[in-house]
Amino acid sequence: MSLEAPPGTSAALVANACPVPRVESERVLLGHGSGGQLSAELLREVIVPALGKAARSGAMEDGAVIHVDSHDLVMSTDSFVVNPRFFAGGDIGCLAVHGTVNDLAMMGAMPIALTLALVIEEGFPIEELRTICESVGRAATAAGVPVVTGDTKVVGRGDADGIFINTAGLGSRLPAARPSATRATIGDVVLLSGPIGLHGTTVMSTRVGLGFESDIASDTQPLHRLVELMVAIAGDAIHVMRDPTRGGLASALNEIAQTSGVQICLDEDTIPVPPTVAAACEILGLDPLHVANEGCLVAIVAPEFAGDLIAAMQQTPEGREACAIGHVTDADATRVVMSTLVGSRRIVDMLIGEQLPRIC
Amino acid sequence: MKYVDEYRDPILAKQLIVEINAAVTRPWSLMEVCGGQTHTIVRQGIDDLLPAGLRMVHGPGCPVCVTPLELIDKACAIAARPDVIFTSYGDMLRVPGSHTDLLSLKARGSDVRIVYSPMDALRMAIEAPDRQVVFFAVGFETTAPANAMAVIQAKELGLRNFSVLVSHVLVPPAMTALLEDPECGIDAFLAAGHVCTVMGWREYEPIAEKYHVPIVVTGFEPLDLLEGILMAVRQLEAGQATVENQYIRAVQRLGNAHAQEAISRVFAVTDRTWRGVGSIPRSGLTLAADYAQFDATTRFDVGGIETAEHPACIAGDILRGVKVPTDCTAYGTLCTPRLPLGAPMVSSEGTCAAFYNAGRGRQAVAASTARS
Repeated sequence: MSLEAPPGTSAALVANACPVPRVESERVLLGHGSGGQLSAELLREVIVPALGKAARSGAMEDGAVIHVDSHDLVMSTDSFVVNPRFFAGGDIGCLAVHGTVNDLAMMGAMPIALTLALVIEEGFPIEELRTICESVGRAATAAGVPVVTGDTKVVGRGDADGIFINTAGLGSRLPAARPSATRATIGDVVLLSGPIGLHGTTVMSTRVGLGFESDIASDTQPLHRLVELMVAIAGDAIHVMRDPTRGGLASALNEIAQTSGVQICLDEDTIPVPPTVAAACEILGLDPLHVANEGCLVAIVAPEFAGDLIAAMQQTPEGREACAIGHVTDADATRVVMSTLVGSRRIVDMLIGEQLPRIC
Repeated sequence: MKYVDEYRDPILAKQLIVEINAAVTRPWSLMEVCGGQTHTIVRQGIDDLLPAGLRMVHGPGCPVCVTPLELIDKACAIAARPDVIFTSYGDMLRVPGSHTDLLSLKARGSDVRIVYSPMDALRMAIEAPDRQVVFFAVGFETTAPANAMAVIQAKELGLRNFSVLVSHVLVPPAMTALLEDPECGIDAFLAAGHVCTVMGWREYEPIAEKYHVPIVVTGFEPLDLLEGILMAVRQLEAGQATVENQYIRAVQRLGNAHAQEAISRVFAVTDRTWRGVGSIPRSGLTLAADYAQFDATTRFDVGGIETAEHPACIAGDILRGVKVPTDCTAYGTLCTPRLPLGAPMVSSEGTCAAFYNAGRGRQAVAASTARS
């Protein structure tokens, strides 16, 4: 966020202002898990400092690259607590596979192995557990990655909401791939592999019972094959890749802008928002740019490769609607801006906390 | 998206901007009453495209923002009770009270739930007869009919565990109060389209006549606002002051009679304190005597609450359109959507949050100074 103090506000005035009766901040709020500003704050101010020397320094990425002998291995982990557990287009089981496979893929890695850890609430129906595990199995098989180890814990009734799943993934980075949130470069083009907002609005409208659940489905899918194709075409000219999950496209691009120290300019016209997503967001008072995705990626690439990449991506099922949505520019501020429909401009900020539906 | 894209057409928008520029010969101040309109103006950068003399003043039409601190504190006191399920529209949860907010209470274990309709709260009361379900009935005339229906149904069902904390406010008395304020300086109003969908525009006609201000009932999409602005400017330039309707696809002069009937059956008009503005006579709704048994403030003892606003917050001046958020020393520093000091920073429809989310900092101050 690049807001400066208004003119006439000296630093001393701000520092000497009355002690602020701050809204309580010493407890974890739901918003701390939203993938937006609050999540970043919790990592920066609590989790990473508390880890001390054990925390490896460097940019926050979707996974970590570990050099072993001459290989670049990638590790990533993710927990899944989605409610409802079953929704159009998927369920908590396949989501747990896709989420971790995609985190590896965004580091340019192909998955080698997955772990599966289950935390189950006492009284959970065995039949539903079987259904979820079958979904894990199908998704892992389809992605071509074995589940190699796991863990099962049962907690008392009321101590968890049904079932929580954690998966961790080990991957092998493609030799030509070097994507990193630090590498967005002035002149780069921002590519998006498909329409945004499908997963988040599907889950939210199922939860709320908006009544158009039949018209909308989560985009949850593995993206590593698309990444493999993209790396084969453009290699390390793919500077950054992210799957804009929680916090949506706006939060992913803001993180990239901040980490790389650049400005990202988007063109509102070019961002593919499916009509049902747009409608659900209108009703719920949400910004599609803040809504979670589970099956699309945003890539920041050298401009000379953008055309070839889009053409190739459009030949794949995952990237059928791939398009360019903006570019990276020089600016004194690291931020994301968007040209508006009426020809003006606005700043696109990260999601702050939880997405709260508005009154009217 | 059908019914929306038609009102976001960039070519038509640019034409309207050209027409507005051609129509304006003198400086004018227009107030958009509703927070939803403020949101569109700021999000689309519409005010940046208007001629230099034409100033948009952001009005008090965000129900989250004007709900008095005392009621937020009462809501928190009720929500903290172990026997209560406290239900509310989502964006009330982060509004800071004197000491805490509803989301923080939720994190501490209170049963605070987001609902999308008062009927959801009613259903909870039916399903949990051993719990007290309280619904935070906030909003303008727009949300009042649905909230009234929930109370009517609760009475028909004989529910003893459902109540409402009412903080409804009415637009016309607020407009009158603004016009009576010598600091006001507003030349014309864009009235809130959705409020008028319920109420029509009859009650605005005496205001337009008495204060000689044009009032244009306006929608919420970019083209609605640009057209509303153009209609208001043309009236001003011609020396007219009538009520016009831009939002013809939703609003009729007499409004929605069924909705009005539900409101007048359940609610009675009362004096109401607007957060940051003060008390405005006959500007709110309270439960009528026949439905008083559903009043949460009498069901739960929440008297003796002392409230304290943050001294740096200038929400009142912002809600009256006297100042803009960037005039505030706390804006963007002590007060952000992450840790709001005042209500206008909370809801996406609050003026301060609308400014902040669109990244308005120093540039906005420079622009508003240049215009005034």
